[in-house]
Amino acid sequence: MILFEEVSKIYADDQIALNKVDFHLKQGEMAFITGHSGSGKSTLLKLVSLMERPTTGRIVLNGNDISHIKGNDIPYLRRHIGMIFQDHRLLMNRTVLENVGLPLLIEGYSRYEIKRRSLAALDKVGLTGKESSFPINLSGGEQQRVGIARAIINQPPLLLADEPTGNLDPKLSLEILTLFESLNQFGMSVLIATHDLGLIAKMRYRTLTLRDGDMINDGLLRERNE
Amino acid sequence: MSNKMGAKRKLSGSPKINKVSFIGRVKATLVQHVHQVIHSFFELWKTPFATLMTILVLGVALSLPTVFHVVYKNVERVSGQWDSASEVSLFLKKNISEERVQVLINKLGLYEDIEAVTYISRHQALLEFKEMSGFSKALSYLDENPLPAVLVVVPVKSAMNTAGSKLLVAKLEREQDIDLVSVDIDWIEKLQAIFYLVVDMVIGIATLLLLSVLLIVSNTIRLNILNQRDEIEVLKLVGATNSFIQLPYIYIGAWYGFLGGVIAWLFSWVLVIWLESGVMNLTGLYQAQFQIISLNFDESITLLIVGAVLGFIASFISVKQYLVKIEPK
Repeated sequence: MILFEEVSKIYADDQIALNKVDFHLKQGEMAFITGHSGSGKSTLLKLVSLMERPTTGRIVLNGNDISHIKGNDIPYLRRHIGMIFQDHRLLMNRTVLENVGLPLLIEGYSRYEIKRRSLAALDKVGLTGKESSFPINLSGGEQQRVGIARAIINQPPLLLADEPTGNLDPKLSLEILTLFESLNQFGMSVLIATHDLGLIAKMRYRTLTLRDGDMINDGLLRERNE
Repeated sequence: MSNKMGAKRKLSGSPKINKVSFIGRVKATLVQHVHQVIHSFFELWKTPFATLMTILVLGVALSLPTVFHVVYKNVERVSGQWDSASEVSLFLKKNISEERVQVLINKLGLYEDIEAVTYISRHQALLEFKEMSGFSKALSYLDENPLPAVLVVVPVKSAMNTAGSKLLVAKLEREQDIDLVSVDIDWIEKLQAIFYLVVDMVIGIATLLLLSVLLIVSNTIRLNILNQRDEIEVLKLVGATNSFIQLPYIYIGAWYGFLGGVIAWLFSWVLVIWLESGVMNLTGLYQAQFQIISLNFDESITLLIVGAVLGFIASFISVKQYLVKIEPK
């Protein structure tokens, strides 16, 4: 699903965000990326979602080398990646239903189909009945669920989440991670960046640990603690 | 189509996979365009005051070239009524016989640059002069009619300009039976020079005003784009192409131009109504009849299309300049 080969990212101010990182996330696999602030977690996700380009190295996604992909092809590639953010990135002037249906609207689905699938996605994340609400009237946890519904509505093979539980209490955080787990069980690859080690420890999944742009560990966190 | 689109896709494969059929995408694109045309119109009125101000400014900018056009059109009509000014009077030699006059008329009829020839005999000329001058009694004391016979020549349209008239006069002066060729070319020349100068000035000003329309719409769209930066970033993150995102902005720009055109049309219409009575009074003083005319149907449609196209072009430039540069962070 995702293959990183000696990928480095150096920003314009010579700051090394990632340093020759190698890893392979298989299709249908779920993994965490962890590390302190500035360790390179977000940069890694941005490289996968093509918000950034690698300085050196090779990134392969779904069998396609995306290191030098043309700018015009990026939107089409992003349609196959579900992205979830700490700040949800919802459109506040649109209803929950409109927010969730955005990826389908972009792909040219009929209005009937958009509504049908948006309602189904909202049902999947437990937000049935909230479709006419505006995001501003929802709690942080509900907004995050809207973000997840939007990310999974076109059934992408890959789900990327950048600190998805950052603003949530432990109970809600666990609920969200359980939701990711259920999506993964349907065959979706999931890569979650978080610095919440306690939460990772509760779930038995592969964890990539970054420190100052270097990958210092790749394995189960619980095993590593042991 | 819905069933086709609704079919569950596999969770793997190339990022280039399209889930919607080609016909489905074409249909969806057309629906999207129609939707955006309507949606963008209502989007304008979410900020009614700002929209109204922008449209009024555009209306004023477009109304000036429109008014200039209306004035030009009416002046051209007035000058069309001055065809007699383009007549050439040929004063014939006194001793010329009626037969020779007829020969001369036939000869002039063969000239390519002459439209019509009217003969005024010596007797006719005297009668007209008596009538117009009020000296009929005094003239009756004369032993002999002092007036010559006159041929009034109307040149063809192409020969009515200064160069054409001069050429025609030169040719006519070579005719033996003609004593004097009289045409007031100077004032026509001066009038034409003034007219062309005004037309050039109007074209210059109109070009500047149309350019200002481009700048106003372009800047308005730029501000819209910058205000909606977050929304644009989100759309790009979920896979929207630049062409998808730019649609509403381009249509908003076209609506601005179109509505500006409507305002300009209204301004020119009100102006014509306002000037109508004044012009009629003025022409009445000269015993002439002239009715000022406004834009006709074709011109009105052209004005609206020009406004919409200018708005479209301006927003397209702005979108290409700013929207493309916004990338999600």
